[in-house]
Amino acid sequence: MTSVTGVSTADNSPAAPGPSPLSGDGASTGRLGDRLFGGAARGAGLLVIILVVLIATFLLSQAIPAIAHDKANFLTSTDWNVDGDTLSFGIANLLWVTVISSVIALLIAVPLGVGVALFITQYSPRWLARPAASLVDLLAAVPSIVYGLWGLWVFGAHLSGIQHVLQDALGWFPLFSDTTVSEGGTIFVVGVVLAIMVLPIVTAISREVFAQTPVTHKEAALALGATRWEMIRTTVLPFGRPGVISASMLALGRALGETVAVLIILSALSGGTAWSWSIFNGGETFASKIANNAAEFDTPQKAGAFIAAGLVLFVLTFVVNALARIVIERRKAFTE
Amino acid sequence: MSTTTDAPSAPAPAPSPALQLGHKSRGRAFRNQLARVVMWAAFLLALVPLVWILWTVLARGLHMLLGADWWTHSQRGITSRMVGGGAVHAIQGTLIMAVVTAVIAVPIAVMTAIYLVEYGRGRFARAVSFMVDILTGIPSIVAALFIYAVWVTTFGFQRVAFAVCLALVLLMVPVVVRSTEEMLKLVPNELREASYALGVPKWKTIVRIVLPTAFSGIVTGVLLGLARVMGETAPLLILGPYTKEISTNLFGGLMATLPTMINQDRTESLQPALDRVWGAALTLILLVLLLNLAGRVVARFGRVRG
Repeated sequence: MTSVTGVSTADNSPAAPGPSPLSGDGASTGRLGDRLFGGAARGAGLLVIILVVLIATFLLSQAIPAIAHDKANFLTSTDWNVDGDTLSFGIANLLWVTVISSVIALLIAVPLGVGVALFITQYSPRWLARPAASLVDLLAAVPSIVYGLWGLWVFGAHLSGIQHVLQDALGWFPLFSDTTVSEGGTIFVVGVVLAIMVLPIVTAISREVFAQTPVTHKEAALALGATRWEMIRTTVLPFGRPGVISASMLALGRALGETVAVLIILSALSGGTAWSWSIFNGGETFASKIANNAAEFDTPQKAGAFIAAGLVLFVLTFVVNALARIVIERRKAFTE
Repeated sequence: MSTTTDAPSAPAPAPSPALQLGHKSRGRAFRNQLARVVMWAAFLLALVPLVWILWTVLARGLHMLLGADWWTHSQRGITSRMVGGGAVHAIQGTLIMAVVTAVIAVPIAVMTAIYLVEYGRGRFARAVSFMVDILTGIPSIVAALFIYAVWVTTFGFQRVAFAVCLALVLLMVPVVVRSTEEMLKLVPNELREASYALGVPKWKTIVRIVLPTAFSGIVTGVLLGLARVMGETAPLLILGPYTKEISTNLFGGLMATLPTMINQDRTESLQPALDRVWGAALTLILLVLLLNLAGRVVARFGRVRG
């Protein structure tokens, strides 16, 4: 279901040499209808560009005054105090929780997603391949608010066993140290739920690239006496690597920006709580912080602080998605 | 189960003893089997959350949907302690917002896709394509903040349902552009050439030949885009306050949706409220699944033939 992942098959398929047969062919005759219709199409394209530029401009224009009034260091402070006249806020805490929860999600989703994609393209019996792919895609159809409810009330409690094992074995390590947050609402649970949410993205894109492995490569490996697994390791995985990397980037982008599931699951910490590296802690991500406080955007200055946080999130996801795009483009340039 | 499953696309090497030059050591055979088991396990593991979520929502929410009140009454006058009321206000709000979003987003998206496939060349087309990618990756909360910054901070308007629709447009456009683009690329070039050869202008070729050929694919993309925006909650939290009453005014007052109904009631620990949460969650999943299913059916029965 590429329309969900936003990656078109054409992005992944090796480009044929020479000009694309589908690119504009200059058949326009300059008639009025042609000029109007072509102009409208160009206008729609221009509108998309303007929208993205506007998003960046508006976020910047509202965030900069707020950051200018910020009494704390915006990047390194863990304060968040926007009530009253003096603003004092920093994003260190938000950045840590956002990044670490997304990293946990990727650590789980990428190996699992690649495994599922390999299963669908290489191992599954033919009658099962299509339904299997649709079933995994169905995970993308579950609304994120439902993931949140399920994660907090049903799934979180089942992860406490893993949490205790990790804490008992590795509790000396800051990442796994003990906290006072109840077991359902930790960064760890959020990470696992995010992993489930981005799994369909990783699977869908990996599936597409694996399916495009040239049959000659695979047959050559098998003819040399490789077992099926060796064939996969030496032909399918190297061929699909750029695709898997860009899939992971897109999944990362989605995980960084996920709002409602995180908002519901993660226990927000009260103002005075000390900093902790632990993944069994609570906290807030950029997105959940903004959503949590949506009702309080009463003064432009206060809203500005949250818009500043949103700007950082925008930049983060922009960079990640642009990297994914570059990986895809490079691959197009190299494979013929 | 693992011994009977050779994918037909990659035939295993013939087991004739004469051809087996390199013999499979035990370790290699073991790793081969292990990989097979791991891939099956990965697939089965991926199905666990799907089944689990659907089961949870069905088990906890189905009894709400079986009552006629659910489909005919709103929550007007119902407090979180009371049993009763329905979700018709939220269902209606969700559908209205989705339709309004689609009405704005689809023309923009389809025209952008037409530009990319039929006209686009050079740097500008690459820029448009890149921006569509960036728009795809924009978190819904950032889209909502942007609309907030424009609608409320800059213009000083109230938070209304229409502002939510504008945020949702930003999320729907890239989905529809990508799927439409793919479908337009599938239309055989011979059709266009035949049309040009008959002297038909380019715009008429696109409108009369290309678009109808790709129509079912475009519809599929729109349905999937609708499914995505219906499940979005973040813009609603920032721009769309909840109400328990039926409201159809996009530009004034409050409007309920299923996600905000869930969000409102989830903070109550009382059983009637929790029942409504799961009922609304099931309704939302059903709506989204129906749209997805419709999309697949349209895609299957109306594939581009060339």
